[in-house]
Amino acid sequence: MYRILKKQTLGPSIREYVIEAPDVARVGKAGQFIVLRLHEKGERIPLTIVECDPEAGSVTLVVQELGKSTLEMGDHFHEGDTILDFAGPLGEETEIKNFGTVICIGGGLGIAPLYPIARDLKKAGNEVIGIIGARNKELMFYEDRMAAVCDELIVMSDDGSHGTQGFVSDPLKKILESGRKIARVWAIGPAIMMKVCANVTRPFEVPTTVSLNSVMIDGTGMCGGCRVDVGGTAKFACVDGPEFDGHQVDFDLLMSRQGYYHDEESCSMDAYMAKNAEGAEQ
Amino acid sequence: MIQQKQTPMREQPASERIHNFNEVPLGYSPDEAVQEAERCLQCPQEPCVKGCPVGIDIPQFIEHVKNREFAQAVSVIKADNALPAVCGRVCPQENQCQGVCTLSGKFDPVAIGRLERFCADWEGENEACCVDIEPDTGKRIAVVGAGPAGLTVAGEMRRRGHAVTIFELLHVAGGVLMYGIPEFRLPKDIVQREINALCEMGVEVEVNKVIGRTQTIQELLDGDFDAVFIGTGAGLPRFLGVPGESLNGVFSANEFLTRVNLMKAYRFPEYDTPIKIGERVVTVGGGNVAMDSSRTALRLGARESVIVYRRSEDELPARGEEVHHAKEEGIQFQLLSNPIEFIGENGNLKAIRCIRMELGEPDDSGRRRPVPIEGSEFEIEATTVVIAVGNGPHPLIPQSTPNLDLNRWGSIVADPETGLTSIPGVYAGGDIVTGAATVIEAMGAGKRAAVAMHAFLSTS
Repeated sequence: MYRILKKQTLGPSIREYVIEAPDVARVGKAGQFIVLRLHEKGERIPLTIVECDPEAGSVTLVVQELGKSTLEMGDHFHEGDTILDFAGPLGEETEIKNFGTVICIGGGLGIAPLYPIARDLKKAGNEVIGIIGARNKELMFYEDRMAAVCDELIVMSDDGSHGTQGFVSDPLKKILESGRKIARVWAIGPAIMMKVCANVTRPFEVPTTVSLNSVMIDGTGMCGGCRVDVGGTAKFACVDGPEFDGHQVDFDLLMSRQGYYHDEESCSMDAYMAKNAEGAEQ
Repeated sequence: MIQQKQTPMREQPASERIHNFNEVPLGYSPDEAVQEAERCLQCPQEPCVKGCPVGIDIPQFIEHVKNREFAQAVSVIKADNALPAVCGRVCPQENQCQGVCTLSGKFDPVAIGRLERFCADWEGENEACCVDIEPDTGKRIAVVGAGPAGLTVAGEMRRRGHAVTIFELLHVAGGVLMYGIPEFRLPKDIVQREINALCEMGVEVEVNKVIGRTQTIQELLDGDFDAVFIGTGAGLPRFLGVPGESLNGVFSANEFLTRVNLMKAYRFPEYDTPIKIGERVVTVGGGNVAMDSSRTALRLGARESVIVYRRSEDELPARGEEVHHAKEEGIQFQLLSNPIEFIGENGNLKAIRCIRMELGEPDDSGRRRPVPIEGSEFEIEATTVVIAVGNGPHPLIPQSTPNLDLNRWGSIVADPETGLTSIPGVYAGGDIVTGAATVIEAMGAGKRAAVAMHAFLSTS
């Protein structure tokens, strides 16, 4: 059992959890993920690590409540409660070294896994330009944390309610077109955002790393459900990734595979909402 | 006068069982077990004992059954086999103990597997038989992977007085017994009962432990443990490498069965993990996993479940009983056929293009090699396909253990007699060494490794 030490709301349906998991906290690195299962009937949910505190034995995660399981976590799992299963760290860690000037782009929930990468790149001596974006002001989070680890931070929102109006790919393009020497780009967020960013950097031949969140069960290389096409070969996001060369990833296939269980997810969500409504009436 | 045929075991009728996940064979009653036990000749050669990978004293346990001494029968089995309820159900007895039974030929061999199952189930319903445990030796061993090999090592080592901790990656112990073999063939309560029995002996099980990441094998040795056994299995699914294999609707058997067995997708949405099933489901392969997948598909509501296998019926590697049950349930066999392409529409599988095969000269395995017949391509419409063509070694431990010798397939190199690897104090056995094989062979390897580990700990 894994105790929730701290829980706070970062935005509408976005919450940060600090969970007691000393084994993972001792060795987890930026870029890796964990798999958790809330209860006996729960699914295995992969979540990227935001922060590990080896002394406190805790792991920080950010969860966006988009489906039944994450909604249930938000509704029913509070500080002091325990989560049934928590395993990791899984996947390969981010390659951190001094590349020179790097751009770290986070879109939506992708800001959470991006933060530790930007932090560690900064620590390794890189000049870090951060670009973070959200649909609107309410959905923006970790701006202060990102500002603390970036030499420059550009904040975007789709609707212009915060920072500059536009997509994260807009300033990326501008920087590359300005001729500034960029050694490497990280882009983490929705598949479509990563696809667009990779397309922007491709003509400039700037190596671009993306982090893929495909559907998976075990997260340890056993199910193969997370396979993605990278450079024409099938790779498992869980053990070969989750980070890959963005210029090689078949994003259309990724998006198609991410949507395969759409109907079942709706069904699960409806059943959960109905059950909640029933509970509220009693 | 010896009864010529085996005493039949009652089963759920095929027409009923394809709509549920309950176990298919229903077990012997005590009278039926005694009737079957009476068929044993108690022959002095005991070929069955030599045919058993863990060397159970089969004639002796059968003699006890015959005398209705069921508790003693269980004790005899458990002296050599920590998981009798599992083995009685999933061992390929026809190639092992029963295959060499003196009765075989004119008569059916004694139904040793069924009798083993009877004894184990009798114990589950009656008194638990106590296993004698030697006094504590003060030695500690770590077992990595809670599948058949690891569970066997754990039981054998604990019995010899060593402290044992099993580390399991998933959220339950059991390995392939939990995630792979379906409920209708091996009820999960039964697996859990066998694991609980080990825990009662004092074996500690830690789930959600990613050895290779949270701790390396070397760190286990440098820390609390005097020896380590690696039994992490063949968990890496193989694909065919043909076009269209990443389409939605193409599953590895591991994914398909893990969703259903481990995550209980057959009870979605009560359980959170879903599964999607087409009207026609095609399973590629001819082994037990293929039979399990195709029969699972029927139970999930597929109208038609088809097995595509590249050789002929004679070469099907599955247990005879599984093929028999599959046929009874209406599984269709498209033999001497092999997929060459998966055809999709909007990212989803729509059809499978296959080619017909014929059998040529024998290959390395001694079976005749299937050769494609030019121009014989045909299509099968299907929106779900399950690839059950085998698994490779689970990569986590091999990749994270620098001094561990591997063979060219990435399996761990271990002495076949002792299980010793290239690292002193580190032993390995089961599918991580041999490649995908059977539960009982993994258990046999675990048993041999336990003997060697015990000798190693006694002298170190």
